[in-house]
Amino acid sequence: MGNLPPAVKHCLHNQQLIREYFWSEQQFQQEQVIVPTKVKIDFINQLSEAGFPVIEVTSFVSSKWVPQMADHAEVLLGIKRHPHVKYPVLTPNLQGLHAAIGAGATEVAIFGATSETFSRKNINCSIAESFGRFDEILRHAKEVNVPVRGYVSCAMGCPYEGNIGPAKVAEISKRLYSMGCYEISLGDTNGVGTAGSMKHLLEAVLKEMPRHALAVHCHDTYGQALANILTALQMGISTVDSSVAGLGGCPYAVGASGNVSTEDVLYMLNGMGINTGVDLHKVMEAGNFICKAMNRKTASKVSQACFNPC
Amino acid sequence: MLSEAGLPVIEATSFVSPKWVPQMADQIDVMKGIIKYQNVSYPVLTPNLKGFQAAVAAGAKEVSIFGAASEQFSQKNINCSIEESLQRFSDVMKAAKEANIPVRGYISCVLGCPYEGVVAPSKVAEVAKKLYSMGCYEISLGDTIGVGTPGNMAKMLSAVIKEVPVNCLAVHCHDTYGQALANILVALQLGVSVVDSSVAGLGGCPYAKGASGNVATEDVVYMLNGLNIQTGVNLQKLMDAGAFICSSLNRRSGSKVAQALCRL
Repeated sequence: MGNLPPAVKHCLHNQQLIREYFWSEQQFQQEQVIVPTKVKIDFINQLSEAGFPVIEVTSFVSSKWVPQMADHAEVLLGIKRHPHVKYPVLTPNLQGLHAAIGAGATEVAIFGATSETFSRKNINCSIAESFGRFDEILRHAKEVNVPVRGYVSCAMGCPYEGNIGPAKVAEISKRLYSMGCYEISLGDTNGVGTAGSMKHLLEAVLKEMPRHALAVHCHDTYGQALANILTALQMGISTVDSSVAGLGGCPYAVGASGNVSTEDVLYMLNGMGINTGVDLHKVMEAGNFICKAMNRKTASKVSQACFNPC
Repeated sequence: MLSEAGLPVIEATSFVSPKWVPQMADQIDVMKGIIKYQNVSYPVLTPNLKGFQAAVAAGAKEVSIFGAASEQFSQKNINCSIEESLQRFSDVMKAAKEANIPVRGYISCVLGCPYEGVVAPSKVAEVAKKLYSMGCYEISLGDTIGVGTPGNMAKMLSAVIKEVPVNCLAVHCHDTYGQALANILVALQLGVSVVDSSVAGLGGCPYAKGASGNVATEDVVYMLNGLNIQTGVNLQKLMDAGAFICSSLNRRSGSKVAQALCRL
């Protein structure tokens, strides 16, 4: 595998809060935790100290829909920005983009889906309509020199449509990339992927896109995330999304886990001799901090093992 | 229920003295009470000759012995050196050979030791070779405290495969640090085709309170199914067995697949 220089991108739980909100209206009773702004700022500052090269800070979604994100501008303006760290924010539409730039955002992210049903249920429009919105965002972002990252949801399966063909994912990814996204993060949104399907997915996508422009965003709902990430690394992918303490549940299975824990990913990368520049101990401390603030248990097995030694 | 699920090998109990491990006091009752399916093997642990004799009397057709790859672990766990522990098993090996009973060997601490820290792959290879030449038909390499990663799993296996044929090797990964599935994947890629696991991930880690231990069979089978590997195991029946035992023990399943699908 060699000494890949991956950027371990921290995907803050905020993104998952968006999804939890949308889905709580459908059928699940999700605990809506409003994290105080100061806590969010402290947490992000701790992550900057830990050495992450990229920390996704917040989402410029309308606070009418997602009250947990109402403080997006305040958070972005309040954090201490480290010189070698990027602080992208999610921007679901042009209005969000303007607000983000107004609050000092220097990188943004958009997200597309591979499943029509998921697109309609999640953002209330078809894939084609969503691409219309992306086109606006990308054109404007280009004018102001703001790089845009593209997420592709349901890259390995959809909670409604089931199996998603790798060719479809490759098509959506290629489209976002050619529209101007500098990187595409392939999201296993409901965590159903396995090492087998990850391999097939990447084989298809790599036919359409260069390796350096791809990232994986694996969910651990079925415990498969690390094996899937390992497979991606073996195929030359060097950017991995994760969430400290594995914050962010899965809205499609009450009580099931969601995001993969950054600590567990880091532990694996360290063990493989991959130099990430991230300090695992500081990450665990940040995880401990945010879990205490949210009154919840960490989902990271590394943290569980290290904070409860005999 | 596990036999119904299609598992080819189910370790039934341990013939350790009930004086030391009261939870195993019913070893004979369990061994005699289970329905033995034709294509399923039901090995039992036998820490010494006395245990072996009791196991055979209770109908055992396969047994397991264990050594460690770490001297300190051997001393602290069973009060003797690795060499002495293997010599103690020579009685068991002799009796097993005479009775035509296959013996499996386990090695603890293959990827790290709670006392010694790093364990050299060469040491693991040395102990594996000894157990294999003593007559064990298969050697199960145990990451006892779950500290292993794909990095050192690959190094350790590469060393062991030089001494023991890969088709006689198995991996026994613990999930204490969440690394088990990734480690198992690497083992499969290196040609290992026997994987130990525990339904619902039962069995904690005695070295880190509250941390997980065994890797959950359901999660392993989910991965193997996704890789199109034929195991003959029915995942739904496995989850039913997991639900049953968790309900009896009044505890949450350690399997993420079970949590996602059955809300356990």
